[in-house]
Amino acid sequence: MYTPLRLFITTALVAATCFFNLPAQAQESAQHEPNPIADTVNQEEHEIEHNLEESEQKFNIGQMIMHHIADSHEWEFSHGIAIPLPVILYSADRGIELFSSSNFHNEHHEYNGYHLVHGDSETIEPVDHERKIYDFSITKNVASMMLSAIILVLIFTSIGKAYQRNVGKAPKGFQSAMEIVILFIRDDVVKPNVGPNYEKYLPYLLTLFFFILVNNILGLLPGAANVTGNIAITMTLAVITFIIVHINANKNYYKHLVSPPGVPAPLLLIMIPVEVVGVFMKPFSLMVRLFANMTAGHIILLSLFGLIFIFQSMFIAPVISLFALFLNFIEIMVAFIQAFIFTLLSSMYIGSAIEEHGHADHGH
Amino acid sequence: MSLLTPNPGLIFWMLVVFLLVVFILAKFAWKPIIKGLKDRENEIQGALDLAERTKSEMVKLKADNEKLIIEANAVRDRILRDAKEASDRMIAESKDRAVVEGQKMIESARDTIRNEQHAAISKMRKEVAVLSLQIAEQVLHRELKDKESQEKLISDLASSARMN
Repeated sequence: MYTPLRLFITTALVAATCFFNLPAQAQESAQHEPNPIADTVNQEEHEIEHNLEESEQKFNIGQMIMHHIADSHEWEFSHGIAIPLPVILYSADRGIELFSSSNFHNEHHEYNGYHLVHGDSETIEPVDHERKIYDFSITKNVASMMLSAIILVLIFTSIGKAYQRNVGKAPKGFQSAMEIVILFIRDDVVKPNVGPNYEKYLPYLLTLFFFILVNNILGLLPGAANVTGNIAITMTLAVITFIIVHINANKNYYKHLVSPPGVPAPLLLIMIPVEVVGVFMKPFSLMVRLFANMTAGHIILLSLFGLIFIFQSMFIAPVISLFALFLNFIEIMVAFIQAFIFTLLSSMYIGSAIEEHGHADHGH
Repeated sequence: MSLLTPNPGLIFWMLVVFLLVVFILAKFAWKPIIKGLKDRENEIQGALDLAERTKSEMVKLKADNEKLIIEANAVRDRILRDAKEASDRMIAESKDRAVVEGQKMIESARDTIRNEQHAAISKMRKEVAVLSLQIAEQVLHRELKDKESQEKLISDLASSARMN
């Protein structure tokens, strides 16, 4: 009797989350719908590029930073050196279309009836505005994410093999280096926060930690994508944690949600909405924390480098480079801390939802 | 604003890639790693427990050994004491027996001597009797031959008998 209720609530929560996201999406696409606006934006982009090439005097730092933080349909390492990435589009009338993003390299950024619109971020719009398209392109972020996924799988399957090979032996080399991190996550993050049934959630939480960590660190490399600083990525991670929490949550958790113990009946009118908002605030805070931290770090670093181009002084550049170096070290630290915090909070949410007795932990 | 708007395509790829990574790592990486770590921990704990057990066993063994040595010493002492007692007893017994035996021999020797003595005495008596008879016979024989001396003797005897 209890399981269907749980399933229903989980489904409802997920549906609600998706629903809240829809209007923003619709608004966004509505913004780009009129052709003149897209054209003006493109025109501006053209002008900026033109200016950049012509003279570095009119350097637009805001545009530069947004360009580096946002997703892109090609992987640009430096001005002019870019790897074109596949564009995958789905539309009801044409089905799935696959072509290289290098096809957009022409005067009008147009190919096959599609328009590459440069704004704060790149979007592909059909020239014919009646058509509705879905963009599943392998963008820079997706490519970078796949790269980190391959790195993760290669590293950890080889370590897993090392454990099978060296049974009863001391770990050595890279295996022992990773073992420290794995043990730290298991013993200091997951075990104390999730509780006695931690082993069920350990694979997910370990993957979560290393996925965020590898993407954070890859994002710091020059020319790399800002994967964990993209709200779609952090949202997906937060939603997965949210789903895991609410599928596995026990009776106490849901009971606590609708009737917090020790609260007088009139106060329930206020408390229940607060509790329900709290449920959504947890994944929301997870999403925003990682996104904001990584994006802020990138913006600060890019701003510093932008200063060099603004001042165009021999004496400013070394000072700024030193400062940027220092900030890069801080960013490496932040990469670890944010991966750690995301994993820690996820384990705490899971732990509070599956806690057997006593009061479920309120959000922090 | 576009920075804060999640891109559905990216969400789709993120879901696919991330869930795939979770699945692959859970199956091929975390499972053997966690199992290996746990096995090693159990092994170490087992080894520690074994060492502790061995240590206590050693202590017990040592105590047992000491007890055994003490017991063995006691047994040895008892055996020695018993043996000494037995030998003492045997010596005493044989001494007693020797004394008794000697006594018996002396006794029998005495008996023999006495018997021999008796035999010799009785033989001598017999001899003396025979000899006296022979003497008496000869004397008689000679006396009877000589009338005069007979008479003399008789008279002597008679005279001596009167004197008495």
